[in-house]
Amino acid sequence: MAITEEYGIEPAPAPLDEWRGFRQGRWQQQIDVNDFIGLNLTPYEGDEKFLAEPTDATKRMWAMVLELMKQERENGGVLDVDTNTVSTITSHKPGYIDRNLERIVGLQTDAPLRRSVQPLGGIRMVIDACEAYGYKLPDEIVRLFTDIRKTHNQGVFDVYTDEMKLARKAGIITGLPDAYGRGRIIGDYRRVALYGVNRLIQAKKADLALATDVMSEEVIRQREELAEQIRSLGDLKQMAGSYGYDISVPAKNAEEAVQWLYFAYLAAIKEQNGAAMSLGRVSSFLDIYIERDIREGKLTEAQAQELIDQFVMKLRLVKFLRTPDYNELFSGDPTWVTESIGGMANDGKTRVSRNSFRFLHTLYNLGPAPEPNLTVLWSKRLPQGFKDYCAKVSVDTSSIQYENDDLMRPFYGDDYGIACCVSAMRIGKQMQFFGARANLAKALLYAINGGIDEKLGIQAGPTLAPLTGEILEYDEVMQRYDDMLEWLAKLYMNTLNVIHYMHDKYCYERIEMALHDTEIVRTMACGIAGLSVVADSLSAIKYAKVRPIRNEKGLAVDFDIEGEYPQYGNNDSRVDDIAVQLTETFMKKLRKHRTYRDAMATMSVLTITSNVVYGKKTGSTPDGRKAGEPFAPGANPMHGRDRKGALASLNSVAKLPYDSCLDGISNTFSIIPKALGRDADTRIRSLVSLLDGYASKGGHHLNINVFNREQLLDAMEHPEEYPQLTIRVSGYAVNFIKLTKEQQLDVISRTFHGHV
Amino acid sequence: MTTGRIHSLETFGTVDGPGIRFVLFLQGCALQCRYCHNPDSWDPHAGSTRTVDNILAEIEPYAEYYLSSGGGITVTGGEPTLQAPFVAELFRRCKERWGLHTALDSSGFCDSSHVEELLAVTDLVLLDLKFMDREGHMALTGQPNDRILAFARHLSQRGKKMWIRRVLVPGLTDEKEELLALGRFMQELDGVDKIEVLPYHRMGVYKWRQLGIPYTLEDIADPDPVDIQRAYRLIGEGRIISNAVH
Repeated sequence: MAITEEYGIEPAPAPLDEWRGFRQGRWQQQIDVNDFIGLNLTPYEGDEKFLAEPTDATKRMWAMVLELMKQERENGGVLDVDTNTVSTITSHKPGYIDRNLERIVGLQTDAPLRRSVQPLGGIRMVIDACEAYGYKLPDEIVRLFTDIRKTHNQGVFDVYTDEMKLARKAGIITGLPDAYGRGRIIGDYRRVALYGVNRLIQAKKADLALATDVMSEEVIRQREELAEQIRSLGDLKQMAGSYGYDISVPAKNAEEAVQWLYFAYLAAIKEQNGAAMSLGRVSSFLDIYIERDIREGKLTEAQAQELIDQFVMKLRLVKFLRTPDYNELFSGDPTWVTESIGGMANDGKTRVSRNSFRFLHTLYNLGPAPEPNLTVLWSKRLPQGFKDYCAKVSVDTSSIQYENDDLMRPFYGDDYGIACCVSAMRIGKQMQFFGARANLAKALLYAINGGIDEKLGIQAGPTLAPLTGEILEYDEVMQRYDDMLEWLAKLYMNTLNVIHYMHDKYCYERIEMALHDTEIVRTMACGIAGLSVVADSLSAIKYAKVRPIRNEKGLAVDFDIEGEYPQYGNNDSRVDDIAVQLTETFMKKLRKHRTYRDAMATMSVLTITSNVVYGKKTGSTPDGRKAGEPFAPGANPMHGRDRKGALASLNSVAKLPYDSCLDGISNTFSIIPKALGRDADTRIRSLVSLLDGYASKGGHHLNINVFNREQLLDAMEHPEEYPQLTIRVSGYAVNFIKLTKEQQLDVISRTFHGHV
Repeated sequence: MTTGRIHSLETFGTVDGPGIRFVLFLQGCALQCRYCHNPDSWDPHAGSTRTVDNILAEIEPYAEYYLSSGGGITVTGGEPTLQAPFVAELFRRCKERWGLHTALDSSGFCDSSHVEELLAVTDLVLLDLKFMDREGHMALTGQPNDRILAFARHLSQRGKKMWIRRVLVPGLTDEKEELLALGRFMQELDGVDKIEVLPYHRMGVYKWRQLGIPYTLEDIADPDPVDIQRAYRLIGEGRIISNAVH
């Protein structure tokens, strides 16, 4: 497919009928969705009373989807795989659930929950996933992506050094996106609805026409990428056309706006099996279309809710073919279709609209669910009615997470969204290179053991003299640890550079990037695991006496602690300051290194649910945690060590500096319903106060779970009775019954706030 | 310096008084209620010794939560009146420093004359009236209820605000006549702002096991919402009947 048209800048189009009734502005001359939202959004300050029940069509459709999901569970986690077709934007014929009932159409393949093959990230993952679920990938596809067309995975392993491979094997750097799609890129899917695809192609062609001066590597790469982007936009039009829609022009009503936007997102997930395929910030954008239709008498509230219910139903059906190992790491089958809701605009108005409520209301109309990953951008200045409704939804469904808009807005402006769990980025103007995480707890053991891995028993880090004293001395440990982190930061950054070079080369996200500006900000999103383990360990070494117990090779394999020591999670600055310093120190070390495409280094404190797996791979630590025991998730205090109640625990976490952790600080909070108050109104009020307080203390992210431990124990016993039981884990939600038994026990052992 | 014996603290209490509250659990209690969910707080010699300054420092970071939510501090136990001078000092300082609302969660098993100073700085008393019948009270808690009822009347005379609480244990504290009697007694009192029927729960049973004390309510299930509604109704009826008689 060649690009044959003349490249050139055309004059701004005349006012379009599709844009009737919208306030005019800069957005008409250039691609600027935020300008459109700012001029046209109707902020909503009221309560939830206007919301509508699901329509009959929605209920019937949802019953069908639930039945399909049940079959999928009974079939071992995968309902069907189309092994014969490599997925592209246009690879599959249209698929439907029930054509007569569907108002929003489009599936990843030709049938619901039929998974597709996406080998560009790595063929091994696809082969293994097929086998694990009883399918066989045809030999010609294996050959194609082994001998003929190189994958991202192969590119990375061609370049990895021995040291990188060993670090990966030992698990000091883990979860790296080197065998699958990196994800965490949010296309601005709204652009397709607002402008139509032709206008977007025209803008990209204009950019391509500018990049002609010196044919440096950068310019050549940019020209190639732009050509790919333009081609993918053509494919997007073609895919929509197969469903009978012409999306070359803007959407002219709410139904089309949802449909156009969804087609754009669908194109992205048909081409990329990214670890997180987030949606962005679409709800209030869509509200503008819904408001116009309601004003014009073309749409009722029930119909508006039906559109959103059905859209969300589609988002709940997003599935990728992944190996059981991968699912074990991430608990179930997450896709991170994160939608950011609410927040404030820079001009002081709220970005909450009626459609913010409608999105949350899907948790009642369709019942609780982990996806889409509904994320409320919380500000102290949000309208009270919306705050109260969010709290009510949390109490009832435990399905939403909160991120501090007042903290993020100064960094990202008022049109950012969350990718995956906690990663903020300006929509269509910024992307990240997802970097998983380094295991700082293991690094501490390396510091004590002179770089020898405590599990593998071999030299994995630099050869430093091990600490041989009878008791660990704080200053000595800190000095050694600092050296070890220096080594780790460099190795980690180099590894990420390799990964993202290869991902751009062999698994480029052309449609998602087509829905970005051509000039964008890139971040290199590093991460850390084991923060609370390290903080408590260093505190124990400083304030108690820690005696290493060494094996016959002299490796410290366990620790004897004499005396009490301050523990992270009790708002005690003696240990909380250690945690703060740790994030600052490691971030500084990361910043020293050169990054691929001059990305800005950032860091997250987030473990997803892999805190269980990291724990398994890490020996006993000086805080008293035994070998193999899980870490606390994200930035959480260790299970059961936060003993002064919720506010003390939250305060400790809120101290972690966002400046040093710009890729997010995840905190998962579980509380028993009774502990929020004796009646529904009190519970809502308490939760709102808690969120306002956490936000004003500078806390970044909070997952809220409201349930009893007994309920979870019962769900373990009788999973069939809890098909939709949803719990928040680390930055996202999971279906509790899809967790492994180990993960379920880990969740149950976490601190549940509430004094009896 | 005044010190107290502390069992534990909770920075986010929402069930012991209005708003979000700092809840301080004191060590030591003279009653041994069969349904107690904190039997580990009975022993007056256990726990840790803390000064008032030390507790104030614990409250400091969260004062804004308590003030903005219309909350405050609640001292419970154990039985807080056993350490009345300590609590009085703590409440006084909380009021001086933040103007914090103060609540005392008590069984009322104390001598009124010993707690005058404390009551002077207490805004609200959460008073457990566990059982109206004297014999029944003995059987339930190990002590008669004369002092408790006298304390309630004393609070009424002093014009103290009260929330009366009753733990509803099916088959034990939910008998019709008993609940009517509670209602009638409440009608004699001034200053009762609220009655709270608290459903019995088993979340503290493990502590009995840990302490090696036999738990005598093994076969009793938690009351359901209908039982709770019935209890509220009967207590209400008791108040009306009593009103009609007077």
